Amino acid sequence: MPTDKTTAEAIRVMTICNACRYCEGHCAVFPAMERQTAFTKNNIEFLSNLCHQCGACYQHCQYADPHEFDINVPAVFEQARLESYTQFLWPAFMQPAVLNGSRFMATSLLVSISLFLLAVTEQAGVSHILAPQVNFYNLMPHSVMASIFSFAALAVVISWWMTLREYWHSISLPSPWSIGMASYSAAITSALTLKNLDGGHGDGCYESGESPSLWKRRFHHLVLIGFFLCFSATLVGTFYHYGLDVPAPYGWLTLPKILGVTGGIMLLVGCAGLFRTKQTTDHRLVSSDNGYGMSLTVLLFFTSLTGLGLPIAQGTGALGLLLAVHLGCVLALFLNFAWGKFTHGFFRLIALLADEHQKTQ
Amino acid sequence: MTSTDHFDVIVLGGGQAGLTAAITAAENGASVCILEVAPRAMRGGNTRHTRNLRPMHESGAFPMEGAYGFDEYLDDLLRVTGGETDHALAELTIRESEHAITWLQDHGVAFQPPLSGTLHLGRTNAFFLGGGKALVNSLYRFAANLGVHTVYEATNIDLNISGTRFIDLTYQQESNTHRISGHCLVAAAGGFEANLDWLEEAWGPAARNFLVRGTPYNKGNILRQLLDAEFKQVGDPDQCHAVAIDGRAPTYDGGIVSRVDSVPLGIVVNNAGKRFFDEGEDFWPKRYAIWGRLIAAQTDQIGYAITDAKADGLFMPTVLPPLKSKTIDGLAKQIDIPAAALLQTIDQFNAATISGSFNHQALDDCRTQDLLINKSHWARKIDTPPYSAYPLRPGITFTYLGVAVDNQARLQVGSGNACENIFAAGEVMAGNILGHGYLAGIGMTIGHVFGRIAGKEAAKHAH
Ligand SMILES: Cc1cc2nc3c(=O)[nH]c(=O)nc-3n(C[C@H](O)[C@H](O)[C@H](O)COP(=O)(O)OP(=O)(O)OC[C@H]3O[C@@H](n4cnc5c(N)ncnc54)[C@H](O)[C@@H]3O)c2cc1C
Ligand code: SF4
Ligand code: SF4
Repeated sequence: MPTDKTTAEAIRVMTICNACRYCEGHCAVFPAMERQTAFTKNNIEFLSNLCHQCGACYQHCQYADPHEFDINVPAVFEQARLESYTQFLWPAFMQPAVLNGSRFMATSLLVSISLFLLAVTEQAGVSHILAPQVNFYNLMPHSVMASIFSFAALAVVISWWMTLREYWHSISLPSPWSIGMASYSAAITSALTLKNLDGGHGDGCYESGESPSLWKRRFHHLVLIGFFLCFSATLVGTFYHYGLDVPAPYGWLTLPKILGVTGGIMLLVGCAGLFRTKQTTDHRLVSSDNGYGMSLTVLLFFTSLTGLGLPIAQGTGALGLLLAVHLGCVLALFLNFAWGKFTHGFFRLIALLADEHQKTQ
Repeated sequence: MTSTDHFDVIVLGGGQAGLTAAITAAENGASVCILEVAPRAMRGGNTRHTRNLRPMHESGAFPMEGAYGFDEYLDDLLRVTGGETDHALAELTIRESEHAITWLQDHGVAFQPPLSGTLHLGRTNAFFLGGGKALVNSLYRFAANLGVHTVYEATNIDLNISGTRFIDLTYQQESNTHRISGHCLVAAAGGFEANLDWLEEAWGPAARNFLVRGTPYNKGNILRQLLDAEFKQVGDPDQCHAVAIDGRAPTYDGGIVSRVDSVPLGIVVNNAGKRFFDEGEDFWPKRYAIWGRLIAAQTDQIGYAITDAKADGLFMPTVLPPLKSKTIDGLAKQIDIPAAALLQTIDQFNAATISGSFNHQALDDCRTQDLLINKSHWARKIDTPPYSAYPLRPGITFTYLGVAVDNQARLQVGSGNACENIFAAGEVMAGNILGHGYLAGIGMTIGHVFGRIAGKEAAKHAH
């Protein structure tokens, strides 16, 4: 939950917006704001996660700095979101991971890559680590990889469950079963299409200034689709391995490879684009997050870069090192799933669901 | 910029009227410069605070509903102005308003359905998505792409007019003086509503207690120079649009959020604790514009809108919470008016209410009888604590005094001739069409229509 100071500022801002309402058409936040009978810590947690940080309401606010009201919805909501990611995070001792995003990323990368380097060296033997390799299961058995990542996935899912359950209750959503299917599908549609990044007129967001742009939305789409493709590549690969008894490596024209390579390239382009978008963002819209936001982009980028490198490195002496680095990135990414920026997707989805649900009440 | 710069068209003021004129002139091949007194962040004058304009339309195409035809529009305008309008210009404005939405959309402005709480305006008013500042940003962007040159913080503009011809002007920027000349001048620098000295000339000392709802930059310097150069004037200096707003709002630029909509749900007293007008005469959006003047006429230009708990939640939320008390006595103390007088007013009011079925969304039958000043609708006893009070002050929106123009937006010379190369658009000439009263959205409509005419005629003249 956001601190008292952030909550107080968010309530001040919402009180002025609610008397103004000019931004009603930009996104879901303002109609949702109008439904609240009073502004509280809990509905600030809801409204702030509904905000997609498109910047429209800031660029168009007649009360923005230097006006004495100094209204800046995206900035205060970003702060409130960060604080809610921190406070709801499970287990609580992981909370510093949110507050020190880049340090958490760097540490998890370092530790994971070192672990895999050790493991690969252990398996292949120090003298053979740089010898040309074709099959990475010679470097690390499939069963070892599978068990490490199954365990990590389990930890991720448990952490999501505990974190999001708290958030769900905090914003007063009823039991999942009592929410209508229509609300679920509307929320998921908004999330997948990033409806709230279109400015309300379809021309996009105002992160970088007064002209709307669709690029942030497009890059985010690339990342999301790329991610799903890579995820499916893994699922299909697992099915090939266990179901069809066809172990990796797979040829270029097999399903896992096609999914993985397409997804990987989309991730590379999407992440690079989001990184660029971040650099050109109007600094007034964002509060400093110590690299929390960018850590996911960076990890996704390097995971797909090293992943795409694996088939190229096949048969060379670089495969061993590259495999260790790639697996290290993947593990660091798993840590980010649980305790990093990745969770923003779920917070947003739940906020969108609460929004749809409130509309039906 | 060097001291020898020359433009086909110089536009004074970068609100909607000036921007529209600048864009139109540039699209007609003119080189254009806008001089704007405000810093970039505060550009756009009162246009920054607007939310809609009023286009004539037959189709009901997005964002409009139904139809709002010429005759009905003209009737509305004649009714609110009490005939104080130049008929030909009024008809011109209405006809041309039909193209406003398409023109604005073509120039990057987006629209949205009526804002909640303004559904009754869905047929007559087109709402800008994101409000007036979004419109201002889009038009500035468009103008820049057309090569229009904009100078911000251009202060102390001094017009050099020879006879009735504009020759050139000087202005200051960061304590440097610049001189630029132009074939034509478009005056679009708004009214003088932010100039309390000038308002005081018309209103007397009461003006010192006015709050200015919009930009602090509309001081009327350009209007003053044009009137001093003996161009023909329209409207009276004491005609203005003034509404009752929260007395605690900032002196300038409070905009829409300083509104208080609780008046029809209770009573309004002055600082002697006495009522002075029928609070339930009509729906608030139709009446709020008379309350500015009503309050300006009270001692110290202050009033208090008083309601009881039954009214809570029935009106638009306010930025500042009302002063509240469990007793009338306590409330009187908080707002510093004689408790005995307030108690007496409320007792008399309560005794005079006749029971009816309350409906704040219709002109209901809850009224008072046998009072000196009766309340015609929504009159319910003020008897349920806690009681609330909002202090009210006159909030001036804009002034009506302006320069007379013809149907080419050209300034008029006393003898009935038109000036050759000075044009006017927006608030500075709105008094030609709106000599009195107000119609929601007409200000922006006049600015749009005359901005386009001025831009086109100025460009034509320059070639
Ligand atoms: C709170 C509020 C809400 C309103 N809402 C609506 C609405 O919804 N619909 C509607 O139709 N009307 C509305 N109005 C009225 C509307 O604002 C005006 O009719 C309209 O904006 C006038 O446009 P304009 O371009 O003539 O003036 P402005 O938009 O005021 O622009 C004048 C420009 O000139 C500049 N300027 C002033 N003096 C000088 C100088 N000496 N030198 C250089 N530049 C100068 C100013 O800085 C400003 O940028 C509202 C007004 C207010 C205050
Ligand atoms: S951000 Fe500004 S313009 Fe938008 S609703 Fe809030 S106060 Fe109004
Ligand atoms: S920044 Fe965008 S998404 Fe967030 S509240 Fe403003 S308009 Fe809505």
